[in-house]
Amino acid sequence: MRRAARLGMWRRAERLAAAVGVAAALAACTESAPGASPNEPGGGGATPTLSAIRARGAVKCGITEGAGFATPDDAGRWRGFDVDFCRALGVALFDDPDKVQFIPYTQEQRFSGLQSGEVDVLVNGTTITSSRALRQHFHFGPIYFYDGQGFLVAKSSKVTKASMLDGATICVQQGTTTELNLTDFARRNKITFHPVVMEDLRAAVGALAGGRCDAISQDGAGLATTRTMLQHPADYVVLPDRISKEPIAAVMRTGDDAWLEIVNWVFHATVQAEEFGIDQKNAAQFAQTTDPSIRRFLGLEPGATDGLGLDPQWTLHVIEKVGNYKDIFDRNLGPATPLGIDRGLNKLWTDGGLLYSPPFR
Amino acid sequence: MRPAADRRAAIAQGAALGLTAVVVWWLARNTSVSLAQRGLTLGFGFLGHPANFEIGDTWWLSFSPADSIGRAILVGLLNTALVSALGCVLAIIVGFIAGILRLSPNPALRGLIRAAVEIVRNTPLLLLLLFLAASLHELPPPQHALTPLHGVFLSDRGLVLPAMTIGGWTIVLAAATVIALALRRRLGGWIAPAVLGVATLVSAAVHPPAVAVAQLRGFNFAGGVTLSPELAALLAALVLHQSAHISEVVRGAVLAVPRGQRDAAGALGMSRWQTLRLVVMPVALRAMVPLLATNCVSLIKNSSLAVAIGFPDVVSILNTAGNQTGHSIETMLIMIAVYLSLSLLVAAALGRYNAHLLRTGSALS
Repeated sequence: MRRAARLGMWRRAERLAAAVGVAAALAACTESAPGASPNEPGGGGATPTLSAIRARGAVKCGITEGAGFATPDDAGRWRGFDVDFCRALGVALFDDPDKVQFIPYTQEQRFSGLQSGEVDVLVNGTTITSSRALRQHFHFGPIYFYDGQGFLVAKSSKVTKASMLDGATICVQQGTTTELNLTDFARRNKITFHPVVMEDLRAAVGALAGGRCDAISQDGAGLATTRTMLQHPADYVVLPDRISKEPIAAVMRTGDDAWLEIVNWVFHATVQAEEFGIDQKNAAQFAQTTDPSIRRFLGLEPGATDGLGLDPQWTLHVIEKVGNYKDIFDRNLGPATPLGIDRGLNKLWTDGGLLYSPPFR
Repeated sequence: MRPAADRRAAIAQGAALGLTAVVVWWLARNTSVSLAQRGLTLGFGFLGHPANFEIGDTWWLSFSPADSIGRAILVGLLNTALVSALGCVLAIIVGFIAGILRLSPNPALRGLIRAAVEIVRNTPLLLLLLFLAASLHELPPPQHALTPLHGVFLSDRGLVLPAMTIGGWTIVLAAATVIALALRRRLGGWIAPAVLGVATLVSAAVHPPAVAVAQLRGFNFAGGVTLSPELAALLAALVLHQSAHISEVVRGAVLAVPRGQRDAAGALGMSRWQTLRLVVMPVALRAMVPLLATNCVSLIKNSSLAVAIGFPDVVSILNTAGNQTGHSIETMLIMIAVYLSLSLLVAAALGRYNAHLLRTGSALS
């Protein structure tokens, strides 16, 4: 699905290297897999990924570059919505947001990278689909972003809804579910369109600006990012229509149960913290709270997340060092940022959104 | 070579071959075991599944999203073949002209060609490609398309030409006429070609060729044949890039012809053009053909850069198919097979031509 903005100069070499890497790593894996210890602290059976992470002393997180989601800042430090969730994993395991190695992938390379064991988890805007789960054998974490595919058009085109795009030329990025959704949408609505499939998002942006394409189709969040890449963002508008459901979640290999649980509960913790009203600024004050459910959540009383084998107060550390869901969203995507994305479905369930954490008890 | 050295060489080569085979077997076995552990199975069954994606440019073969992935790959392969075939022919023609002109006695012309060749040769192909694609996007939108001729539209959506439909029999008969003309000496004169020619005209009169002019409808032109900007940019970039290399091959081969041959032709009273055509080229061509084959093979491989600007070549479609189905190892294998066979095919064809040159000793007869 969404965003990948790097210039594709070395893409070809990278892809070949990735393919060779997959073959080599798959070949090597048979040798290394049985070496993992069968009982991790907090583990549920054999968890090669978690023991590898502990031995390495850092989480390897696969990301995809895109404004607001994952971009290096002036100092070369990775920042963004996806990046912050990776950092939360680093804090949960090592109490350090810098114990994370970031590996940037294109949409095409990401699954090979995960399959070959190059990264422990992908937090790069991957849509959960049944075939990825069942046929490609990936496990997904909780949905951390609710999105849907839409269109970005020039205001001068006078297009105000997706069904007016009959006969249009639409630029899409290669290696995403976008192409399939677009085709389904066109068939369902009996309209035709002419796709131009680009490997590089920047080429697609150039094609929209130059008038080669009438629209770019991507996930809504991706479109907000893409719009900021145009020279005159104010001349373009994201259409309100959403032609698909894009539930975004972290992706892991199957067969690593203890690792899967850690990823699951770290994501839940950011949501639960927002629900309790615990944020980055006030987290320290909650150490004195008498509310038993909050005390359990923050690890001040044992019981809630013992089984993970983490520091008892890992949730408190995550909130202090990275923030709750609202902190992470507002910092990277919210109205105060150039992207200005509305929380929409990504509000808490108590505010009319879909974010809902299972209880920590 | 002495027999002992022979044997040693044979043993060394056998050992190297055996070692390679063991490594390949080990890699293949471990890969399949690892894939099985992850519940993944290699197989080409997915080629029969519906593609569910659309393809922008289709030539020769129609395509709709309900068609199979195999057909999508075939469409991509035909697109690659189209670009490669046109690209090779055009690059050789342009390269020849540039190579010959670089040897012109006019210093201004020589310098101009030299500058152009050096600029193109030292620019990365991807940069050239993106530059040309971006330039074509600067053409006017379809609503303000240029119309140099009635029914011909040039806009940022590409060059739209009127579509011409000709009866199937007319094409068959016309082709037969051409063959009969070529073989008229063996077929006993002009009778066969004349009969076939008349038949072609009759067929054309019965089913007159229809011409459909494209109409602007909504966002784009409907009807007609569209040469997309992506195809044009890709073709132009490949031809420019490769012809610069070919011009150097041509120049080198011509310069390699011994001076005496030219002097001898001059002594016989041949003109410059006659000398070039009858004396220099036949000799130079022998040196050139293997290098031209290499250049064609590079052009074919370079055409895979199409994915950067959105032309659906075979690599672009295989990438999409691999990504949508998760069969990336299989699509990678298909990709290797496609490029290997295309390269071998070109190498074999030009190799045969080269053998013919060496046998007959004359190039342009």
